[in-house]
Amino acid sequence: MSLAQHLPALQVVIPLLAAPLTVLLRHRTLAFAVALLASWTAFAISITLWLQVDASGTISYAIGNWPPPWGIEYRVDPLSSFMLVLVSGMASVVLPYCRSSIEDEVPQQQHYLFYTMFVLCLTGLLGISITGDAFNIFVFLEISSLATYVLIALGRDRRALVASYQYLIMGTIGATFIVIGIGLLYLMTGTLNIADMGQRLAAVQGTRPVLAALAFLTVGISLKLALFPLHQWLPNAYTYAPSAVSAFLAATATKVAVYVLLRFYFSVFGQSQVFGQLPMQEAMLLLALAGMFAASATAIFQSDLKRLFAYSSVGQIGYIILGLSFDSVSGLTATILHLFNHGITKGAIFMLLGLVALVMGGTSLSRVQGLGKRMPLTSFGMVICGLSLIGVPGTAGFISKWYLLLAALEQGQWWLVFLILLSSLLAVAYVWRFVEAAYFREPRQDVDANATVPWSMGVPTALLVAATVYFGLSTGFTVGSASQAATFLMGAR
Amino acid sequence: MNTTMTLGGHFTYFVTIFLMVAGLFIVIARGNLIKKLIGLGIFQTSVYLLYIAPGKLVGGTAPILSDAFTVYSSPLPHVLILTAIVVGVATLALGLALTVRIREAYDSIEEDEILNMDAVPSRQEQA
Amino acid sequence: MFTADDAILAALLVPVLGAIGIALAHRWPNLREGITLTTAVALLACVLNILPSVLAGARPTATLFSVLPGLEIAFEVEPLGMLFALVASGLWIVNSIYSIGYMRGNNEAHQTRFFVCFALALSATMGIAFSGNLFTLFLFYEVLTLITYPLVTHHGTEKARQGGRVYLGLLMGTSVVFLLPALVFIWYLTGTTDFTAGGILADKLSPAGLMGLLALCMFGIGKAALMPFHKWLPAAMVAPTPVSALLHAVAVVKAGVFSVVKVIVYIFGLDTLGVNGTTDWLILLAGFTIVSASVVALGADNLKRRLAYSTISQLSYVVMAAALLAPLSVVGATLHIAAHALGKITLFFAAGAIYTAAHKTEVSQLDGIGRRMPWTMGAFAIGALSMIGLPPAAGFVSKWYMLSGAMASEQWLAVGVIALSTLLNAGYFLPIIYRAFFVTPAHDEHDHPHGEAPLPMVIALTATAAGTVLLFFVPDVPLALAKQMLGLGG
Repeated sequence: MSLAQHLPALQVVIPLLAAPLTVLLRHRTLAFAVALLASWTAFAISITLWLQVDASGTISYAIGNWPPPWGIEYRVDPLSSFMLVLVSGMASVVLPYCRSSIEDEVPQQQHYLFYTMFVLCLTGLLGISITGDAFNIFVFLEISSLATYVLIALGRDRRALVASYQYLIMGTIGATFIVIGIGLLYLMTGTLNIADMGQRLAAVQGTRPVLAALAFLTVGISLKLALFPLHQWLPNAYTYAPSAVSAFLAATATKVAVYVLLRFYFSVFGQSQVFGQLPMQEAMLLLALAGMFAASATAIFQSDLKRLFAYSSVGQIGYIILGLSFDSVSGLTATILHLFNHGITKGAIFMLLGLVALVMGGTSLSRVQGLGKRMPLTSFGMVICGLSLIGVPGTAGFISKWYLLLAALEQGQWWLVFLILLSSLLAVAYVWRFVEAAYFREPRQDVDANATVPWSMGVPTALLVAATVYFGLSTGFTVGSASQAATFLMGAR
Repeated sequence: MNTTMTLGGHFTYFVTIFLMVAGLFIVIARGNLIKKLIGLGIFQTSVYLLYIAPGKLVGGTAPILSDAFTVYSSPLPHVLILTAIVVGVATLALGLALTVRIREAYDSIEEDEILNMDAVPSRQEQA
Repeated sequence: MFTADDAILAALLVPVLGAIGIALAHRWPNLREGITLTTAVALLACVLNILPSVLAGARPTATLFSVLPGLEIAFEVEPLGMLFALVASGLWIVNSIYSIGYMRGNNEAHQTRFFVCFALALSATMGIAFSGNLFTLFLFYEVLTLITYPLVTHHGTEKARQGGRVYLGLLMGTSVVFLLPALVFIWYLTGTTDFTAGGILADKLSPAGLMGLLALCMFGIGKAALMPFHKWLPAAMVAPTPVSALLHAVAVVKAGVFSVVKVIVYIFGLDTLGVNGTTDWLILLAGFTIVSASVVALGADNLKRRLAYSTISQLSYVVMAAALLAPLSVVGATLHIAAHALGKITLFFAAGAIYTAAHKTEVSQLDGIGRRMPWTMGAFAIGALSMIGLPPAAGFVSKWYMLSGAMASEQWLAVGVIALSTLLNAGYFLPIIYRAFFVTPAHDEHDHPHGEAPLPMVIALTATAAGTVLLFFVPDVPLALAKQMLGLGG
């Protein structure tokens, strides 16, 4: 049994082992080194898995050699491999950034614990993406969520504690709803293996427990993915968490929740059940549109940049769900594509905001005045990422928008096309609030003139900003994976 | 005859629903942070019941293989719920730890007082 | 071997390299200005390199890469694009000379940023001119909007910020809400967005669908300043005058009308549109824009504002002439891109010269200024003649073709509009010239003796005025290109 055959298991085990190691090591530089090594290894493994799946199709791995459906199965299919790359990639880019970022924001004696929680969160997210067992999803979901609550609470401001508590309450309710849904499904099918469940559900389609399970799962997952109006926890959590945490969460947490939704909808229930039995399409469409407009509009009136972009995230999640509501391959491609594109864009934005917090002492619009003079590269990076949020050609956001429009046009929904584009104009409005503050005002007097950005923070940020442009021009990987995943999911049933 | 059978047979589900709703109500209606956590705990307990109760089959015995018996109760829900209980405990511990820290920072664990205290510093934060 | 194909990419790259050079030469203004001028000359050289091939009938191409299947960043030079590129690159040299004079004469701040953005804007313009498909055009169109924003808001004042908001809001708004869905729809319908002779939409849509798609495209190309999305033009007057000259002659507005003609000829196709009066509404709308903008110009006292509304009016000449779908009028539309460019840039140069030398901005202040600034006002007169459409200015030639086309297709409304607007043009330009030369100014304590504008500015405006006259006498190259575009030969 070569190492290569155990890659699916190692994907999760390596970050998992890193966690107690960092706790035992206590020393913050060593803990950082372990965490960094673990996430880079995880990234390498995810790329290998992606290449394998691309070449030869779905990989099925039985944990402990117990054959599914009695044992837990790790199943890497086109969608999972894409998610794995996204999550581990973001962790690999954010961790080097963490080193200097948390110097400023987290007390020194807690640094090694920060890395422990980070690595645990990574484990959870990777586990969710790779497992083929429904209850296992819940377990990993809670692992990552608990780690997330701790990470958020490490923020400087005391409001981080309240934000974390609020997220804990709402997140646990969401997870419990998910577990209720899984329980009902287990009662009806007698199995927890996702693929097996999908097959057995065909016999009990349309029965009330199954529909109830669908409802519970949808609401529970919607809480986790911050679908309007269940998004209340997100603005506070993103605003008060340490910058590196906001960057990592914005890029991964809600995206993995969308993955869970897709997994349940398509691999367990099947498209016909979800969209045929319940008015899922209309409900998702309405909520997505509401989120897009309400959240983007709220973003325009925020005075703190982190909060502004947090609301922007809620709006962008609206786009993601909108793609899902089309019930077509293009729509699903748009959804999966935007998971990735928005992930890197928002990750880059929060990392840039971390740089701003470091040098300017805060991220409110009044502190950011004159940023164009004081930190020209950072401002430029923010403009590029802002353009990606708007969907200007040449950026990653444009590609997702293209597919979203295509999906709407395929169904002849011109009114929806215009709504999508009008909401992009809202994005112009809130991005331009930053531009005007940064370029049209003079820097404040009380800003530390000597603070500079360390390399360890600047390089990962620049990398993500470059990625935002790169994936807007070279779309082979993203569009290829997304459409492959979409076709795979829609073809399942 | 039938109604009693149904009521009796579904007794556990009624309890489940009652606990579920009671727990959720406490979380939403109570402003004290610890009471919210208690409500959360009650809500999670209802889920344990939801899983375990159906596991006991009528006429089923404990899941230990023996030639004398043909119907066994399912052990899988117990395994799942043990996991869920552990998760619940961890969540409760984390929630209580956060409550302690919030008490230190705000000198209160009432939600409305905390929100009031937070509303004012937002102007300071802009400075 | 440096072929015409290579020259396309070179034309895009040269201004970018120049921009980097300008940024690096930040501390040495003379070197920096020298780099601008050298880059402009190099760009013209690249463009001229392509000209012979296109005149001979070839279509140089260059493909960069594929963004999505069927969507490439690709370039193909055809006559219309060749003309636009010639006008843009030629005028950049003159505009740079003028800018140097203006920026130094007015002691403007942030000059490096100004020249860098200028160079990048030219690169985007080349991208638009040489685009081989609608997607590439859309990409560079958006880049142009974004890169001209810092130029429009150059002064950084509250007024500049407000002007910038209107500018960006309207241009981005129209392109995102109208042009983008049209682009996606065209790709969805035909699988391609390539510019093809005869268009790519033949038999793909019902007449109503064609009209709707045309409306989306026309309103989506906000840079053509078709009403009601024209407000960005007067709002952009808050910029320094060299920027206004760039916007109104070289890059932005010409990109707008160029895109309009290109879409009508190469995406829709003259024949496809010719059925069922699909463009009738556009003729009406453009005609309305021509007349109402001229009326506003009549009442505008601020010189730049008057010129802005004159531009809105003149742009709709091109749109209306293209919408007439008659070969002669489309030739006129193409010619007008060049003629208006030369004439308007002269007018803006003159306006900036007046501001720099005499600090005057209103028409009512211009009495007798012709005596003090004969070169400037002489050039202004020639530019005005071109706008009105009188010989010996280039505007006469393009107007002639447009009128001929309108009469040939018996579109009497269009003929009427052209005639009426000619009178209106005379109404708001001739008095300025008359009063500048033949009326003695009322004595004004605030008036201080001033002479002509700084030499670079005078050189520039004399050059463009001369060009306007030259184009009247020797319209060969633009005419040849225009005719070739329509396959009219010769």
